[in-house]
Amino acid sequence: MTAPLLEVEKLCVFYDHFQAVHNVDLTVGAGEIVSIIGANGAGKSSFLKALVRQAGRSTGSARFEGVDLSTLETREIVKLGVALVPEGRKLFPTLTVFENLRMGWELGRQGEIDLATVYKWFPVLQERREQRARELSGGQQQMVALGRALLANPKLLLCDEISLGLAPRIVNELYEIIPKVRDRGIGIVVVEQDITRSLAVADRFYCFLEGEVSLSGKPADVDRASILQHYFGA
Amino acid sequence: MVETFVNLLVQGVLIGGLYALFALGLSLSLGVMRFVNLAHGDLIVVASFAILAICSALGWSPFLVGLLLTPLAFGVGWALQRLLLQPTVGKGILPVLLVTFGLSIIIQNGLLQTFGANTRKLSGGVVEVLAFRVGFIDIGVYPLLVFIVAAVCIGGLEAFLYRTSTGARIRAVADDPGAADLIGLSSKQIYAVAMGVVAVTMMISATAMSVWSNFDPAIGPSRMLLAFEAVVLGGLGSLWGTLLGGIILGVAQNLGSQVDASWQILAQHLVFLIALVLRPQGLLSRG
Repeated sequence: MTAPLLEVEKLCVFYDHFQAVHNVDLTVGAGEIVSIIGANGAGKSSFLKALVRQAGRSTGSARFEGVDLSTLETREIVKLGVALVPEGRKLFPTLTVFENLRMGWELGRQGEIDLATVYKWFPVLQERREQRARELSGGQQQMVALGRALLANPKLLLCDEISLGLAPRIVNELYEIIPKVRDRGIGIVVVEQDITRSLAVADRFYCFLEGEVSLSGKPADVDRASILQHYFGA
Repeated sequence: MVETFVNLLVQGVLIGGLYALFALGLSLSLGVMRFVNLAHGDLIVVASFAILAICSALGWSPFLVGLLLTPLAFGVGWALQRLLLQPTVGKGILPVLLVTFGLSIIIQNGLLQTFGANTRKLSGGVVEVLAFRVGFIDIGVYPLLVFIVAAVCIGGLEAFLYRTSTGARIRAVADDPGAADLIGLSSKQIYAVAMGVVAVTMMISATAMSVWSNFDPAIGPSRMLLAFEAVVLGGLGSLWGTLLGGIILGVAQNLGSQVDASWQILAQHLVFLIALVLRPQGLLSRG
């Protein structure tokens, strides 16, 4: 059996005295889609941010291809092949679409996913490449955020609530890309509150409840009632 | 009468170039990076005294010394940001105001201790006194050169910010330092590079100022005020707006001085106040 791409053991995240994540163990393989579901405040985003060293203080271990991420800075982690699509998109509003996308390419590993690939997946971005990011719709902004992360040519893509606040049609467009990315051998972690959509694309899932993993497995092996019980803690 | 008025306008425009040079670094730090540096004027004065000290010791031209010190200025700006200013970033407006105000006081007193309170001026040689006439308009060669340098610096900085990858990174960090850090763009490093660029503009400005006019250890705050007015008048984030702001202030000073010598500075502040009321976003604000 090949070693997992990402191996997390007993990860805890603290913001001052508040503990947001408790002893999370999690693995992601190459070409695997792993969903993290959970209600608002379950610690999902803190977990992702901790992986790229942008959360509060963290303990435990997170190893990417055997490299301990806790010793690295974010830019080194990105160069290593981990890219985050942050919650709320976090684009640079006064920069053009092209400049936002170029940022991902320059900061990342510069591999086979290039601007042409991203423009093929999201044709509207090519049409609007000279427009400032703040002039785009929410869906188009999310496409830029996803495109920017993909241009870093990650081996592991971390997507934080990419469907948040978007129309279902746009969310469908975004989620059509996820399997295409996976087919390139890229491991993907999808953090979502939307259980149905998230589990539909996932090979495996983890359900977070109050910062802990309350349930994990393959979507097909677990019934919906059980998922809901562990999601809400009822 | 018309001849005098046109001459005053032209001289005002030319001195606007010097004011734009004062303001250029502030335009970048305040207008683009949203970073208020109250020691901006004092740092320009420090650079002027550094040029003075070397010129006095070696007898070199201030233009040559200014040129040679420019790379050093980048390093000093970089170090200043990393060591002193960076800890204030992201903690609201007050810490940066306090730290740069304290820096301003330390610089003024340090210069006073080292160089005394006398006003100084450096000689730029024959270029200072050369002039030519176009019709009835007298144009000094040195003021014209300073204006051209200001325009070239603004054009260069504009190209740097909007046509290079590093410039895009500076604007990205100015937009959202937190977002930059999330995708692996170190906001600390970018802030330091930006401050290095600001320091380079300060050195150019100091070279121009030390030959054009008198300077002393206490003149920094008035230079800072002038720079601040030029930046706000022109519009935050607009480098060409800063040149326009400098020109308007220069013209206002020249016209005001015709009413009464004491009206020179008052006219500058009045124009700023009127413009602020009528167009608070500045004349060429970049949206």
